[in-house]
Amino acid sequence: MSERLHEKLEILADAAKYDVSCSSSGSKRKNHNKGLGEATGSGICHTYTEDGRCVSLLKILLTNHCIFDCAYCVTRKSNDIKRAAFTVQEVVDLTMNFYRRNYIEGLFLSSGIFKNADYTMERLVSVAKKLRTENKFNGYIHLKTIPGASDELMHEAGLWADRLSVNIEIPTESGLKLLAPDKNIKDMIEPMTYLKKEIIRTKEESKIFKSAPLFAPAGQSTQMIIGASGESDKDIMHTANKFYKGFNLKRVYYSGYVPISNDNRLPELGSAVPVLRENRLYQTDWLMRFYGFHVQELLNDQFPNLDPEIDPKLSWALRNMAFFPVDVNTADLQLILRVPGIGVQSAQKIVGARRFNKLGWDHLKKIGIALNRAKYFITCNSPITDRKDYTEAKIRQFILNESRSKFLTNGGQQYNLFG
Amino acid sequence: MEASSIIFSDKPVNVSYDGTWYGLLTAVFEAYSKKWNVSGFSTINHESQSDFFAEKVIVVTDEAKAQRVWLGLKKKVPKENCIQLYRCYLSEMPGMEFAIFSCIKFYFSGFDSPHLAYGNADVLKISQTSKMVYREKHRMEAFVRFQRTADDLYYAGIEPDFNVIPLLSQHFAERYADQNWLIYDIKRKYGIYYDQDKVEEITLNFSNETGEKTAVKDVFHDSETLYQELWKNYFKNVNIPSRRNIKLHVQHVPKRYWKHLIEKK
Ligand code: SF4
Repeated sequence: MSERLHEKLEILADAAKYDVSCSSSGSKRKNHNKGLGEATGSGICHTYTEDGRCVSLLKILLTNHCIFDCAYCVTRKSNDIKRAAFTVQEVVDLTMNFYRRNYIEGLFLSSGIFKNADYTMERLVSVAKKLRTENKFNGYIHLKTIPGASDELMHEAGLWADRLSVNIEIPTESGLKLLAPDKNIKDMIEPMTYLKKEIIRTKEESKIFKSAPLFAPAGQSTQMIIGASGESDKDIMHTANKFYKGFNLKRVYYSGYVPISNDNRLPELGSAVPVLRENRLYQTDWLMRFYGFHVQELLNDQFPNLDPEIDPKLSWALRNMAFFPVDVNTADLQLILRVPGIGVQSAQKIVGARRFNKLGWDHLKKIGIALNRAKYFITCNSPITDRKDYTEAKIRQFILNESRSKFLTNGGQQYNLFG
Repeated sequence: MEASSIIFSDKPVNVSYDGTWYGLLTAVFEAYSKKWNVSGFSTINHESQSDFFAEKVIVVTDEAKAQRVWLGLKKKVPKENCIQLYRCYLSEMPGMEFAIFSCIKFYFSGFDSPHLAYGNADVLKISQTSKMVYREKHRMEAFVRFQRTADDLYYAGIEPDFNVIPLLSQHFAERYADQNWLIYDIKRKYGIYYDQDKVEEITLNFSNETGEKTAVKDVFHDSETLYQELWKNYFKNVNIPSRRNIKLHVQHVPKRYWKHLIEKK
């Protein structure tokens, strides 16, 4: 009995791990009925995998039986692997028992498509419903929505879940046609459009009626696989931008393709996972969401791909030296945010602290600014120690030389966002 | 000598208090209102390395005085900055009382929004230390691993660097409202117990019991091993070997916490 459960968990956790989203933030579900759990904070990573990713949710497939044959997916119909399926009750028990021991923030339930979209979606919804109603579970629930599922089921999913997501996986339509012939873009976009409308409508309602039920309070997200279809960084980020702007998505995730077959439409087995590229894309995503950059400034026809050697903020700064130097004692927050080596928090600290005294290198260092980068782009109350008027190529060289040692000890993978 | 005696304001004073938060706030109140030239703080039971030239003054904890400092602070700086001072106190780091005292003095010095003065060494130190304590609190919220006992208590032992237990009760009481739980600081020998109604501080007495050695199986619920094994198994299977990055892993889950993490045992 428990052996079979172990085996199912192995198969269905393993198949779900390629979905990188593990966020449990953005909801506002309280433990309103003295039940179990809440999802009000920013989410907790209860542990980290040996590849350094956050584990906050029990992330599993309900089943890895699938009628589709998407080339990039281990679960695809034509793949010769062991198949398994949880019962609804098994998923409920696992979630409750893991949660009670403080292993997880909640459940992220996805599934292969068995029989058809509605049949699958119905099962996913019934897990969530059972948790919420019979078990008074108020932890985080993220449900994958199955492309092509009916509006009624989508609506019910929104009532029980905190977050819903449809993974677009391939950022271009041509790539999608090639690699996921059973899927069509319309089936993926439609549920997103429906959910966007419902989320807006219920938000309006809750302003009028305090007791209006929550509807997917943590919104929608999606994921794109990186490096499976020969797409450019510009393709990826412009698509991401459309999702943020057009569908109010909370998050777009980028997942470096992990080679899983020797299908010649895809990178061959054994080729490296593009971890660095993935990191650069996340940095770009942050610049768009928190630093006031427009996607067009970072990636355009002239610069369709990110610079692997330096982060996109530094790269933008070097292309736009006319913006600099910025005087940290007088410049607007928006401008300070554009300085390489200054993050959002430091920028806010600068604006707060400069009212007391004019800031010099010492202050800036204590506030936590990466001066080794920032010094080329700012002036402050201390005398300039370095010769100015360096060319962009020189600055690039200096910064690279300084960070190279760090870069190498990291096994060639740089993870800090803007270190 | 007693706090009420007259002290010449230029004579260095080592302020001795009972080690509690209210005690420290009382000490701050006395030192500030009487304009003592404070050279350091010490707790009453611990002999401090107090400096030879300073006069030792024992302050008796007075809740009303402590409250006056606390309420006064709340008028000067946002709540978050008041809590920062409390977190620093919980850090138990040497010399921290003095930084707290200096920072409070600065907050009362009449500047507008003094908490934003990151150019001030005390303000900065408080902000940085508080961040460290907060991080450990957050880590405990993540790394506590409850084990279900046969009589349905969810028990977790922890050994945090800082004394973060007082910061944990609210989070766990809200989240685990329908189960009895106990989080115990093994190093500091006290814990918090929740009985589905309220949280209480408790100390346990392991010593006399033949207890500790009695088979663990009898202590824990029948299902405990199953779920621990399932969790370990899950942890193993979400890993993607081709992305392996142990350095990053250890950075997020420092080795000193492994002892109490089921998945790392
Ligand atoms: S439909 Fe989903 S589970 Fe099925 S093969 Fe495609 S990506 Fe994989």
